[in-house]
Amino acid sequence: MITDPTPIADYLLILPVVLPLIGAALLLLLRDRRVPHALIAMVVVLGMLVSEYLLLGRVLEAGPVSMTMGRWLPPFGISFTADVAGAGFALTAAFVTLLLLVYSLAGQRRGAAHEGAHALTLLLLAGVSGSFLTGDLFNLYVWFEVMLIASFGLLVLDGRNTAVDGAVKYGFPNFLATTLFLVALGLLYGLLGTLNMADIIRVAPSADPVAMTAIAALLLLAFGMKSAAFPVNGWLAASYHTPPAHVAALMAGLLTKVGVYALFRTMLALLPQSRDLLDPVITTIAVLTLVLGPLSAIAETNLRRALGFILIGGIGAALAGISLPSVAGVAGGGLYIFHAMLTMSALYLIAGLIEAVTGEIDSRKMGGLYGASSGLSILFFVMMLAAAGVPPLLGFWPKLLLLQAAFGRAGFAVPAGPDLWGVALIVALLLNAVLTLIAGTRLWAHIFWRQGSIGRTSEQHNTRLRRFTTGERTVALGATAVLAAAIIVVGLVPKTLFDASEVLARDMLDPARYVAATGLEATR
Amino acid sequence: MDAVLAALTGAFLTVGIYLMLSRSLIRMLLGMTVLGNGVNLLILTAGRLTREAAPIIGSDQSVPGGLIANPLPQALILTAIVIGFAMFSFLLVLAYRAYQALDADNTDAMRVAEPEGGPHPPLSY
Repeated sequence: MITDPTPIADYLLILPVVLPLIGAALLLLLRDRRVPHALIAMVVVLGMLVSEYLLLGRVLEAGPVSMTMGRWLPPFGISFTADVAGAGFALTAAFVTLLLLVYSLAGQRRGAAHEGAHALTLLLLAGVSGSFLTGDLFNLYVWFEVMLIASFGLLVLDGRNTAVDGAVKYGFPNFLATTLFLVALGLLYGLLGTLNMADIIRVAPSADPVAMTAIAALLLLAFGMKSAAFPVNGWLAASYHTPPAHVAALMAGLLTKVGVYALFRTMLALLPQSRDLLDPVITTIAVLTLVLGPLSAIAETNLRRALGFILIGGIGAALAGISLPSVAGVAGGGLYIFHAMLTMSALYLIAGLIEAVTGEIDSRKMGGLYGASSGLSILFFVMMLAAAGVPPLLGFWPKLLLLQAAFGRAGFAVPAGPDLWGVALIVALLLNAVLTLIAGTRLWAHIFWRQGSIGRTSEQHNTRLRRFTTGERTVALGATAVLAAAIIVVGLVPKTLFDASEVLARDMLDPARYVAATGLEATR
Repeated sequence: MDAVLAALTGAFLTVGIYLMLSRSLIRMLLGMTVLGNGVNLLILTAGRLTREAAPIIGSDQSVPGGLIANPLPQALILTAIVIGFAMFSFLLVLAYRAYQALDADNTDAMRVAEPEGGPHPPLSY
């Protein structure tokens, strides 16, 4: 019998979940009081940032860390296990949320705090951190639902008709996806008798490969819907342009990335044998998502819908990391998730400012913004280059790793001839960059460069632009600029990124350290 | 017993998926509920059905005396029921709100966020 308690230092692992849950409860209690709600939320997120920074430092130094609730050591209790992927993404999520909270100070409607906007934001962040840090599949399901219900609330808080419409299109597919995840969990439990991730890693190789692949296919569908991979991505484009910009940025930056992270964890670390069998499916999905995402963005005139399609294209790049299970490929995919969390949030924030100044949501009716705000135009342009992956910005490095891995898989030097899947991935990755660049620069030209709205007025000065309010110019533009500066600065130190993502990839592909951290033996 | 419950699970999932293919929000919601109940049955069946004693360990013992029923699937289902109910309640209110605000129960008629016959791609540049 184990009687020694959990070391105090290990409680660091659950702080990123406990802090926002307490904060959300507190804000709900205080919602009728005249207290600075946004400030309380920011302090809580700051606390999360500190704990996650310490956690990431510890993980980078000593390898994965695990803590089991109540010291019911695995496979019995619920474990929280953090490796570089989990701790790093959780840290990024908290950083993005902090800036979004600052940004929302400018555009917040009166009464939003009273309705619980900040409490829901913290709850959503708790779900995101929990998903990144948990070491138990059923617990992952619970965090997915926490995230989902919080995002429902944030979507409809505004109460406009478009938001209700978007929430219907968002709600049903996402609830269905988590239900499918639950089906897979039930079957997995019936087959293996455990849902602890580390334990699954040990037991899965000896289970029936056909049944395991069926479960993996269900997980692929469920998480594919969550992350908006190609055939099941309609809900994203139908809903992400309906809520206020900072809510859309929160969802675009964090929610789909959690889906991709779950795919990385299940496909690469937990069920690699099933991944190998499903490889043609995953590669096809990745290639189609990569190409069709930005292609749809080119055909779209609604600014935030176009951004949604660019976001979907980025999901394809992250999925390419799953279809390239080498160190370079997985490192590239992981780094891409990190990059997309920052860049897509920044783009949505900029879109919010553009919509505020022009009063329009359709890029055809915008124009002449270059003269009105050159700072905004520079931000938008640079972030678009980052999204497309132009060096030396952050988006370039994951694409480089992915291309390197794709060339490795294609194997042009092999006498038997190149592997066509690898060639398809190379073409799709390059095409994605070009198409994203075309879509982005066209948007820039339409919104900033053109004098007025489309048609006969396009050469006339756009008179409907309004000036930034002081709050927008300082707080909102400032928060966006800080996010953009972070993307630029981080992109300038690729060595650190490469080192961290290599550790991430090695722990994903060979989870021996992950299993050892939970206290289980490597093989049963 | 297992086979009967497995067949029942299959029937629940079939009915759920059929209802969800409908355009009516309320029918989709009912389908969601039936599907959710089917999944709960699936977890119960996957956890092996036993008719042994309840999983209670006597105060003078540290391990169960004999065979007991598996308590874990029941814990999982309990969690799933609570979550499923919360989601159902939210979506029900949302469907009612959509009926009030958009005057539509048919998803084909809900085109506020994505207007029908959307604009052509911009032709310039």
